[in-house]
Amino acid sequence: MKKNVTAWLCLLPAILFLGIFMVYPLVDVFIYSLEEGYNFASQSYQGTGLYNYSYVLHDPYFIQALKNTFIIVIITVPLSTGIALLISLELSSIKVLRDFFQTVYFLPYVTNTLAVGLVFMILFKKTAYSDGLVSLLIQLFGGPSVDFIDGPYPAKMFVMCFYTIWIVMPFKILILTSALASVNPMYYKAAIVDDTPKWRIFYKITLPMISPMVFYLVITGFIGAFKAYSDEVALFGTDLNAAGMNTIVGYVYDMLYGNSGGYPSYASAAALILFAIVFTITTINLMVSKKTVYYQ
Amino acid sequence: MKIVLQHLTKRFPNRNKKIKEDVIAVNDFDFEIPDGKLIGLLGPSGCGKSTALNLICGLEKPTSGRIFFGDVDVTDLSPEHRGVGLVFQNYALYPHLTVRENIRFPLENLRGDKKLSKEVMEEKVLEAAKLVQIQELLDRKPNEMSGGQQQRVAIARALVKRPQVLLLDEPLSNLDARLRLQTREELKRIQLETGITTVFVTHDQEEAMSISDMIVVMKDGVLQQKGKPQDIYDEPENLFVASFLGTPQINVFKGKISGEKVFIGDAAVMDAKGIADKDVFVAVRPEGFVIDDNGSLECDFIAREVMGRDTSFIASHPSFVGENIRAIIPSEEVFDGKNRKVRFRLKPHKVRVFDGITNERIRL
Repeated sequence: MKKNVTAWLCLLPAILFLGIFMVYPLVDVFIYSLEEGYNFASQSYQGTGLYNYSYVLHDPYFIQALKNTFIIVIITVPLSTGIALLISLELSSIKVLRDFFQTVYFLPYVTNTLAVGLVFMILFKKTAYSDGLVSLLIQLFGGPSVDFIDGPYPAKMFVMCFYTIWIVMPFKILILTSALASVNPMYYKAAIVDDTPKWRIFYKITLPMISPMVFYLVITGFIGAFKAYSDEVALFGTDLNAAGMNTIVGYVYDMLYGNSGGYPSYASAAALILFAIVFTITTINLMVSKKTVYYQ
Repeated sequence: MKIVLQHLTKRFPNRNKKIKEDVIAVNDFDFEIPDGKLIGLLGPSGCGKSTALNLICGLEKPTSGRIFFGDVDVTDLSPEHRGVGLVFQNYALYPHLTVRENIRFPLENLRGDKKLSKEVMEEKVLEAAKLVQIQELLDRKPNEMSGGQQQRVAIARALVKRPQVLLLDEPLSNLDARLRLQTREELKRIQLETGITTVFVTHDQEEAMSISDMIVVMKDGVLQQKGKPQDIYDEPENLFVASFLGTPQINVFKGKISGEKVFIGDAAVMDAKGIADKDVFVAVRPEGFVIDDNGSLECDFIAREVMGRDTSFIASHPSFVGENIRAIIPSEEVFDGKNRKVRFRLKPHKVRVFDGITNERIRL
């Protein structure tokens, strides 16, 4: 009995903290999402039901945000993980200047998102004075002038994905290079003696050995990409709906605090929809991983 | 396939960059490994024996010298083209693959004309598994097996391609004492059954002695002696080889040759006809002592350890190099231990004399 009391006392700070800042808001969000016609000023509502969900799912802005988010997820997660894996493999195979390149690849991680956004503006934005560096390059090779920031949707989405990949890459490279370094070189020696082709060493030995780390990156990558928002703001400014580049989290924010905001019920419903999506995808990931990921 | 090493030398740059001088891991190795034999490369840790193995395997390139497999110069061939099978000290089994997949792995690498069908592969895997007696373990993962079983899998994987040469790096050092005994006999059986020239590295002289057809003793990268285990044990060419081989260790005394007699302290223990006076080391195998009240070598008696068939006598002597003398005497020998003294007579053929400076053998 006494032991129990001590245990609960020890747990108390964590329980309080998690309860106030995690459980209570979650429950609150759920309740909000069911309250119809909520009025901010009077803090009152007219009824309960699923209307908020229906509204959100029929809102063209939300559909656009959903579409954008999915495109970003589907393009950036596999690409960033794949490219990071390639770079890590190269990094672990070179000997000279390895530390230097490792530092270079890690730099984006310690750089502020908005500062990076500014650099991307210079590269891609069309202004009164310049077409943007990339656009100028395209024109140099005879292409049309493209405005990547205020121009057509595919161009904007390209910059968006490019930017996201560039931002998330350093962390992945960091994790993967250390995962590669932890593979016992003895396995490679054994494989070399057995005349194993390089691609097969990678596919049959390296990849299974680092698969827990790759899996970790894929899961966190998915979750991170679904929660994308700040990167969009850095590139396209705060009025993402106007730019047609809003994301689900952006939609939630707009519903709360944006120009047309003040609708916590819609925001809550959208947040819970996002939660359901992330939960589903993560569950699928976990199921796939059971068959493909090898834990030592 | 016989293996010929010609003046093989391997230097490494010193880890400590302040020291310009290279580390010589293998120094001018020059010997022939006969076809179809089991060879033990024996030496203390850090003596360069694993480097020697890596040179034969091709994982390391020699600084100078040549290596021949049969009549073919393989010095410049990479390991995959030499047709060797290698067993690593900690087995290097791929942990995510089953035993079957591990053994099949080298076969799946065959390309071009050598490519095998699935059926042939399975057949060869079974054959190799049968050879090392692990047929019933084929669907296990390495971490579900004991060290001895993993070792067998590693050997099967090395043998499945029927290499010309099988190389084993400390094959038994990760096994417990009982398994080690069992596995080394197994190793001998497999070698006899396949007839593949086999080289194994070990620091355990007993292991090398018990199964090798030939032992190569190394120290600090230099070959000390090579030959049949019993020959090396009986006729060591220098003090290092004498003290490295045999358990319990050979007993080494400081002594001198004077007037054609070998002395330990004041006791003349042997004749030394035609040898000039000089300081020497006198090394006596534990089984070379006979308790004899008229024996010339008087030692201080410390203890007696009865071990059934034999008795170990622990004694000390002022000229003894090291801790205590350990003599093995048949148990029926009577000894009363009075005065805490014991007198020994030495069996001449169990006594070897080495130069006090060069440590080379002096043949009496």
